[in-house]
Amino acid sequence: MNDWPLLSLTTFLPLVGALFILAIRGDDAKVVARNARNVALLTSLATFAVSLLILAQFDPNSAEFQLRETAPWLPGTTVNYAMGVDGISVWFVLLSTFLTPLCILSSFGAVQVRVKEYMVAFLVLETMMVGMFCALDLVLFYIFFEGVLIPMFIIIGVWGGARRVYAAFKFFLYTLAGSVLMLVAMLAMYFEAHTTDIHALMAHSFPQAMQLWLWLAFFASFAVKVPMWPVHTWLPDAHVEAPTAGSVILAGVLLKMGAYGFLRFSMPMLPLASEYFTPLIYTLSAVAVIYTSLVALVQEDMKKLIAYSSIAHMGYVTAGIFSVTTQGVEGALFQMLSHGVVSGALFLCVGVVYDRMHTREIARYGGLASRMPKYATVFMLFMLASVGLPGTSGFVGEFLVLLGLFQVNTWISLFAATGLILGAAYMLYLYRRVVFGKLTRPDLMAIFDMDLREVAVFAPLIVVVLWMGVYPATFLDPMHASVAKLINNFQLAQAAQSAVPLAAR
Amino acid sequence: MMYVAAVFLPLLGSIAAGLFGRFIGDRGAQVVTTLLLGVSAALAVPIFTSVALEGHSVIVPVLHWIRSGSLDVSWALKFDTLTAVMMIVVTWVSFMVHVYSVGYMAHDRSIPRFMSYLSLFTFAMLMLVTSDNLVQLFFGWEGVGVASYLLIGFWYERPSACAAAIKAFVVNRVGDFGFALGIFGIFFLFDSVSFDTIFAAAPAKANTIVHFFGIDWNAITIVALLLFVGAMGKSAQIGLHTWLPDAMEGPTPVSALIHAATMVTAGVFMVARMSPLFELSNTALMVVTLVGAATAFFAATIGCVQNDIKRIIAYSTCSQLGYMFFGIGVSAYPAAIFHLFTHAFFKALLFLGAGSVIHAMSDEQDIRRMGGIWRHVKVTWALMWIGSLALAGIPFFAGYYSKDSILEAAFASHTLVGHFAFAMGIAAAFLTAFYSWRLLILVFHGKPRADERVMAHIHESPAIMIVPLMVLAAGAVFAGWLGRDMFVGHEEAGFWRSSIEVLPSHPAMEGMHHVPEWVSMAPLVVAGSGIALAYLMYVFAPSLPGWLAGSMRRVHLFLLNKWYFDELYDWLFVRPAFRLGRGLWQGGDGALIDGVGPDGVAAATRVIAQRVARLQSGYLYHYAFAMLIGVAAFISWYVFNAR
Repeated sequence: MNDWPLLSLTTFLPLVGALFILAIRGDDAKVVARNARNVALLTSLATFAVSLLILAQFDPNSAEFQLRETAPWLPGTTVNYAMGVDGISVWFVLLSTFLTPLCILSSFGAVQVRVKEYMVAFLVLETMMVGMFCALDLVLFYIFFEGVLIPMFIIIGVWGGARRVYAAFKFFLYTLAGSVLMLVAMLAMYFEAHTTDIHALMAHSFPQAMQLWLWLAFFASFAVKVPMWPVHTWLPDAHVEAPTAGSVILAGVLLKMGAYGFLRFSMPMLPLASEYFTPLIYTLSAVAVIYTSLVALVQEDMKKLIAYSSIAHMGYVTAGIFSVTTQGVEGALFQMLSHGVVSGALFLCVGVVYDRMHTREIARYGGLASRMPKYATVFMLFMLASVGLPGTSGFVGEFLVLLGLFQVNTWISLFAATGLILGAAYMLYLYRRVVFGKLTRPDLMAIFDMDLREVAVFAPLIVVVLWMGVYPATFLDPMHASVAKLINNFQLAQAAQSAVPLAAR
Repeated sequence: MMYVAAVFLPLLGSIAAGLFGRFIGDRGAQVVTTLLLGVSAALAVPIFTSVALEGHSVIVPVLHWIRSGSLDVSWALKFDTLTAVMMIVVTWVSFMVHVYSVGYMAHDRSIPRFMSYLSLFTFAMLMLVTSDNLVQLFFGWEGVGVASYLLIGFWYERPSACAAAIKAFVVNRVGDFGFALGIFGIFFLFDSVSFDTIFAAAPAKANTIVHFFGIDWNAITIVALLLFVGAMGKSAQIGLHTWLPDAMEGPTPVSALIHAATMVTAGVFMVARMSPLFELSNTALMVVTLVGAATAFFAATIGCVQNDIKRIIAYSTCSQLGYMFFGIGVSAYPAAIFHLFTHAFFKALLFLGAGSVIHAMSDEQDIRRMGGIWRHVKVTWALMWIGSLALAGIPFFAGYYSKDSILEAAFASHTLVGHFAFAMGIAAAFLTAFYSWRLLILVFHGKPRADERVMAHIHESPAIMIVPLMVLAAGAVFAGWLGRDMFVGHEEAGFWRSSIEVLPSHPAMEGMHHVPEWVSMAPLVVAGSGIALAYLMYVFAPSLPGWLAGSMRRVHLFLLNKWYFDELYDWLFVRPAFRLGRGLWQGGDGALIDGVGPDGVAAATRVIAQRVARLQSGYLYHYAFAMLIGVAAFISWYVFNAR
C-alpha cells in the first residue's frame, strides 16, 4: 500500500463518482435524484477514508514534502504532474474531504431541483480543492486554483438565492481579476528560474526588486481569496446567495486558499518582499478585524453576519502568518482549520432554520430555544467556538496568533485582540435575537427540532471542535517540522540579504 | 486520583444532566448533579487537610494541551494552600446551592438544564482555582464566564435577562482582553506561562524595562496591570462593575453561587495567586489599592438607595470585593483571602435568604412592597439577621475578623494609599451596616406593605431550602473565629507557605497586630452607628428618608441611577459601535468599496458599451462614411511618412 498514489487517488476519486452520477439515467426524476445523492455521499465518504490513509502515512517529524508523485506531463517543457503534501497542506486536504460529505448530506433536503448536476458540481469542486492543496507544480496548481472557481460559480449561480447572478459574477470577477496577475507572476517566475516545480522554486532566490513585483501580483490574487479588507465585499454577497452547502465550502475551504497561497508562495519564495510588506498586511488585518466586526454587529441577515465574522477571523490568520513566529504561523494554520469547521457549522446552523422558514432575516426569528432545544444547544456550542471559548477549537488558534503577534509587535496584537470583545458582542447578539426571547410569531410555533439526518451532519463537527479545543496536539504536532523549516528559511533569507551590503563594502 | 475526581465529578454531573436530562428526568438530574457535587465537596476536606494543614502540595498532570514552539501548556491540577482554601469554598457553597435549588427551582420547566449549568459552572471554577498555569486559568476564567452567561440568561424568554447575560459576557470580555494581553506579556518576558517558572524568574526581572504599546514600562508593572484589568472585570471593580447588578436577572441560587461566593472572587484569587509578581511592583499594588478602595466606597453608596432586594446585596458584594482588593493592594493577601472565605458563606447566606423571602412573597423583589413578614418566616428572618451581622462586622461573627484584619492591615501599611483605603473602608463599613439594616427593617419589620393576596400566601420555605441556609449560617457564625489563627494569625506563614509571597518591605501583615486601639475599634463603632442610623430613619422617624431624598434630589438621583455608569457607557461605547458599524457597512462597503470597485467598474463598462453600441447604427451610409474617413486617414499618413 505504500506505493499507492494516495494523493492522486484522493484527488480524482470524486471525479470518478461524478462520472458515475452523469451515467445515471432514468425516467423517474425522484429515483435519479436519490441515486445521485447516494452515489455522491458514498463517493465523498470513500474519499474521506482514503484521505485518512494519507494521514496514516504522513510522517509528522519530517519537514519535507511527502507522498510525492511525479510524472512528465507536458512534453518539451519542464512542467510535470507533481503532487505532495507537507505539514502545512496535509490538514487542508483532510479539511476538504471532511467537509464535503457533510455538505452533501446536508443538501439532501435543501436541494430538490437538478440534483444530479448539483452533486456532480460538488464532486468536481472536491477534486479541485484537494488537487490545489496537493499540487507541487505551478501550472498544476494554477489549474486547480482557478478550477475551483467554476463549480463554485455554478453552484451559486444555479442553486443560489434571489440575487444569485449578481453574486456569482461578483465572486467570479473579483477572484479572476486577482488570478490574472498571479498568472503573469508565475510566468515571470518560470522565465527567471526555468522551472515550474514548487519545491525547486522554494530553493531559488529571486532578486529583491523582482520579489516586490511578484509579491504584489500574488498578493492581488490571495488577498481577494482570503479575503482581506478592502477586497472583501464579494464574500457577503456570495455567502448570502449561495446554497447552504456552498457557503460551508466557501467559508470552510475556499477562504483558506488565499492564506495557503501566502504560506506556499509568498513566504518561502519571496521572503524579502514578505518582510518588506509585513506592515501592509498587519494594517489590513487589524482593519479587517475591527471594521468587519463592527459591520457584523449591525447585520440583519444571519448569513451576512457570519460572512463578516469570517473576514474578521481571517484577519487573525493573515496577521499570524506574517508574524513569522512559531506560535503565529501555527496559530494561523490552526485558526484556519478551526474556522473551517466552526464557520461551516454556523452556516449549517443557518441552513437548518432556512430550510424550515425560507428566510435568513434575523428579525423573523426569536425564541427558537423553546421549540428547538437540540438546535439551540448545537448553535450555542458553535457560537461559543466562534467567540473563541477556551476548550473549543476557536480559542487555540486565536490565542496562538495573538501570542505570536505580541512577541513581534504589541500594537497589532492589541488591535487584533479587540476582536475578542467585538466578536463576543456580535455573536451573542445574533444568538439572542434568533434563539432566545419569547416565541411569538405564529409561523414559528410549529417549527420542529433537528431530525436524525441533521444530527448526523453536526455530530462529527461537534466532536472535531471539542477535540481541537481539548487536545490540539493531534493537529499541531504534524505542523511543527514544516513550520519550523518555513520560519528558518525565512530568517536565513533575511540574514543573507543583510549580509550582502556588508560583503559589498 | 482523589484530586482529579474532586475537579472532574461536577463535569460528569453536568454532562449527565445536560445531555441525558430527558432520560433521567428532573429528579434524576437533581440527584446526579447534587450527589456528585457532594462527593466532590467531601473530597475537598481531606484535600484541605493534606495540602493546607499538613503541607503536601501536589501538581497532578492530566494531559498535554497546547505545544507550539517554546510555548508548552498542559492540563494540570495544582494543589497548594491557596487552592485548597478556594476548593473548600467552591465545593461547599456549590453543594449547598445545588441542594437549595432542588427546592427553589421545583416549579421550573427546565430543571435538568439548570442543574447542568450549575455543575458546569462548578467544574470551570475548580479548573480555575487548581490551574498550574495562566492559560488553564484563562480556560476556567472564560468557562465560569460562559456558565454565568447561561445562568443569567436562564429564563431566556425575558428580554431583560438576555440583555443582562450579554452585558455580563461582553463586559467580562473587556477585562479578559487585558488579561489575555497580560498573558502575552508574561510569555514575552518569561518564555513560559507556568506559575512556578514565572515566579522563579520574576525577581530577576524586577527592573527590566520593556517597550509595549509605544511606551517604556517597568516590565512587571505593565503585565501586572494588564492582568489586573482582567481581575477588575471578573470581580466587578469600579468601571467594569456594571454587569454585576444586572446579573441579578438570573435565578437567585445563581446569584448566591456565582455572583457572591465564587466567580466574582476569581479576580481576587488570581491576583493573590500572582502575588510573587505583584509584590515586585509598588505601582501595580498602588493601583490595586486605589481601585479596591474606590469600589468599596462607591458601591456601598449605591447600595444605600436601591430598592430591589437582590440589587442591594449585589452592590454589597461589589463593595466587599473592593475590600479584598485593597487588602491585596497593601500586601495583606492572607487577610484578603480570609475575607473572601468568610464572605462566601455570609453573602451566599444573604442571597439564599433573599431567595427564600422572594419565594415567600410570590416573586416580589421590591423592598418597598415588603415589611412586617418576620412573624411568618421566622427561620429565614433569623438567618438573614445572622448574615447581616456577619456582613456588618459585628464581633464574633465571621465578617468581624476578616474585615477588621483588612482594615488594620491597610492602616498598618504606612503608605498614603493605604491610609486612603483605610478611610474609604471605614466609610464603607458605616454604609454597609446602614444598608444592611435598612434592608432588614424594610423587609421584615414594620407594617406589611404588600397586598393581602401576597400576605395570605406567605409561608416558610421547605426544609430542602432551609437546611443549606443553616449550614451556611454556621459558616457565617464560626468561619471567622475558627479560621482567624490559621489565615491571619501568627501561624499564617506556616499555613500559606509558598502559595503566597510577601516581600519583607511590605510589612502590613505583621503590622496589623500592632495598630493603635482606636483603629481596631473604629470599624465596630461605625458599624454600630450605621445600624443606629438605619433604626432612626426607618423605625423612629420614617419620614426622614423621604425628606432627605427630596432635599438632596440630585445626590439621591445620582445614587439611584448608579452614578450614571450605564448611561455613560451606552453613550460612549454601545451606540457609537452600532452607528459606526452601520456607517462602515453602508458607507464603507456599500458606497465606497462596491461603488468605486466592482459596481462602479460594471457601471462604467455598461456606459462605454452603450456608447460603442450606438456606433453600430445599421445604416449603410454611416459605415461607408466611416470607411472613407479611414481610407483618407491612411492615405494621409502614408503620404506624410513617405516624404
